[in-house]
Amino acid sequence: MSILVDRDTRLCVSGITGREGTFHSLRNRDYGTQVVGGVTPGKGGQDVDGVPVFNTFHEAVDARGANTAMIFVPPRFAADSILEAEDAGIGLIVAITEGIPAHDELRVYNALRKNGRARLIGPNCPGILSPGKATVGIIPATFFREGNVGVVSRSGTLTYQIGNVIAQQGFGNSTIVGIGGDPVPGTDFIEVIAMFEEDPETELIVMCGEIGGDAEERAADFIAEHVTKPVVAYIAGFTAPPGKTMGHAGAIVSGSHGTAAAKAEALEGKGVQVGRTPTQVAEIAVSLLGAASATR
Amino acid sequence: MDLLEYQGKQLFARHGVAIPSGRPATTVEEAVAAADDIGYPCVVKAQVQIGGRGKAGGIKIAADGREAEEHARGILGMDIRGLTVHELWIEQASEIASEYYASVIFDRSAKAPLVMLSTKGGMDIEDVAASDPDAIARLHVDPLLGFQDFHGRRLAFEARVDDDVVRPIGAMLTKLYEVFLSEEATLVEVNPLILTPDREVRALDAKVTLDDNALFRHPENAALRDISAEDPQERMAKERGLTYVKLDGDIGILGNGAGLVMSTLDVVAQAGGAPANFLDAGGGSKAEAITSAVEVILSDPKVKAVLFNIFGGITRCDEVARGLIEAFEKINPEVPFVVRLDGTNDVEGRALLAEANLPNVHTESTMDGAAQRVVELAGVGVRA
Repeated sequence: MSILVDRDTRLCVSGITGREGTFHSLRNRDYGTQVVGGVTPGKGGQDVDGVPVFNTFHEAVDARGANTAMIFVPPRFAADSILEAEDAGIGLIVAITEGIPAHDELRVYNALRKNGRARLIGPNCPGILSPGKATVGIIPATFFREGNVGVVSRSGTLTYQIGNVIAQQGFGNSTIVGIGGDPVPGTDFIEVIAMFEEDPETELIVMCGEIGGDAEERAADFIAEHVTKPVVAYIAGFTAPPGKTMGHAGAIVSGSHGTAAAKAEALEGKGVQVGRTPTQVAEIAVSLLGAASATR
Repeated sequence: MDLLEYQGKQLFARHGVAIPSGRPATTVEEAVAAADDIGYPCVVKAQVQIGGRGKAGGIKIAADGREAEEHARGILGMDIRGLTVHELWIEQASEIASEYYASVIFDRSAKAPLVMLSTKGGMDIEDVAASDPDAIARLHVDPLLGFQDFHGRRLAFEARVDDDVVRPIGAMLTKLYEVFLSEEATLVEVNPLILTPDREVRALDAKVTLDDNALFRHPENAALRDISAEDPQERMAKERGLTYVKLDGDIGILGNGAGLVMSTLDVVAQAGGAPANFLDAGGGSKAEAITSAVEVILSDPKVKAVLFNIFGGITRCDEVARGLIEAFEKINPEVPFVVRLDGTNDVEGRALLAEANLPNVHTESTMDGAAQRVVELAGVGVRA
């Protein structure tokens, strides 16, 4: 088991004919993901290394049974592309695009929630990887192996850093979900953690947060009430000054709100162990997993 | 992007939000000409993005041309909590009967715009929220529906504004929401929103933050600048398309991915060092981007040592190594570098560095080890 993407994933990529879109679509296919099509308006009928290109998501769904979309188009076209995928009946939409205007994100988020048909992961995220099964996005899959650690993160490279240390200790991952660094993520920590809680393969959950917003604080409350599996957390940005956006549009301390210290305190207050460095997170995770396997 | 008061007011004017008439000025002569044009009494206001301008002496009333000149001369070039005043806004003085507060905020937690109104204007709204939360009427707007007239009436009644201004206040909120929506702002705040003795509603201040990601749709806003808030390194980085934030310390930092860079700053701080900057070289950085980034980092004279922390995903470590080697050929840095390369093509990257045998470049295999090392080197203060 795993969550969100697996061997049944049938991926259709918006922006497949662009340079980055082609590169990552084919990398996803090489890993084993069923890449069943791509969408580029006006290029329907062409193919990208054997992957058929359609003019609309609707055609891709009709012709190839696409059930997952990956959005790789530039920011100004991304909201439209997400809404089109949803309108075509695609149930999981993974938006890699960075730099989508905030008001577009707000409109898309509320439209998708109102209709209740599709789940959006991202935008501005590295995607989803279920090792050994499928990858959708830009996560360097070769660093990860199958296992029982579920990871949910606002950051891509930080996830690789932590995942790599865990992998070096001989543990693998059920699924790695990058929810993205934007102010309005389509899916938040709580929803992914709830999925990991239900997933029989996942035995431990690692949550990587960062400064800005209150998603980590709300996740802390949820974990305390609803999660039985151990959760280890990391928060980036203890040294970030207020009022400065730290790379991610969502990573900003506004006044006294959204600081790393407040987030770590909220999590620890609810009994979640918080590692102070990526290495420490991996060490805590490994020691908990080691203890779990020893008592079996 | 945070706008200066006058830039925000000019946006307001475009959307029919009533503001006192005014003109910007960057010299004493311009200020006096503007004041003569507007008439007396008028207000000379320092344009810097910081609270407490009035207390710092940055806002003064002029009764005549002589006073306008005196105030303009005093305020231009003044330092207000670390920011130098380069611009003034000369504005018609307003008679104030009541001071209210109004704002539209991009509420990321609720995933909806939040509109707030209070009759307790002219003071810090966070203080009002803490001492008298009931004095602030709040309402979330469904972004698919937009701000309706009834929203405005409801807020006005709930905030208990004077009966005769319920409709004009509602109309003002509608216009402020229009500014928020059509200019793609993440914050539109008016404090104070005033009632004049003849019951007119006017925005006496303007605090507007625009969404940088939406500026491509608003070229006229993208051209707005605030010289006083610009840092030379940040400006240089921006021109080169790099994500750079200036910090106070002496250890230059370069990494790939915002989360990893933030984490690197933390690990360096835990090791006892003080980062000089945040620099995300981004995904898939090519050698030229790395060279360019090194130049930006070293343009800060405080930097005593530099840490490269790369975990390659899309970014290839051999490209990073090539960029560093080119940077050394081009600018021959005088400070030590600590380099940690992991991930895609890390073996090739490390081999390139070993072969180049650059002076004063130290490789480390872990993030924690690299942080320790760079802190040691910065402490020694090696400046060969």
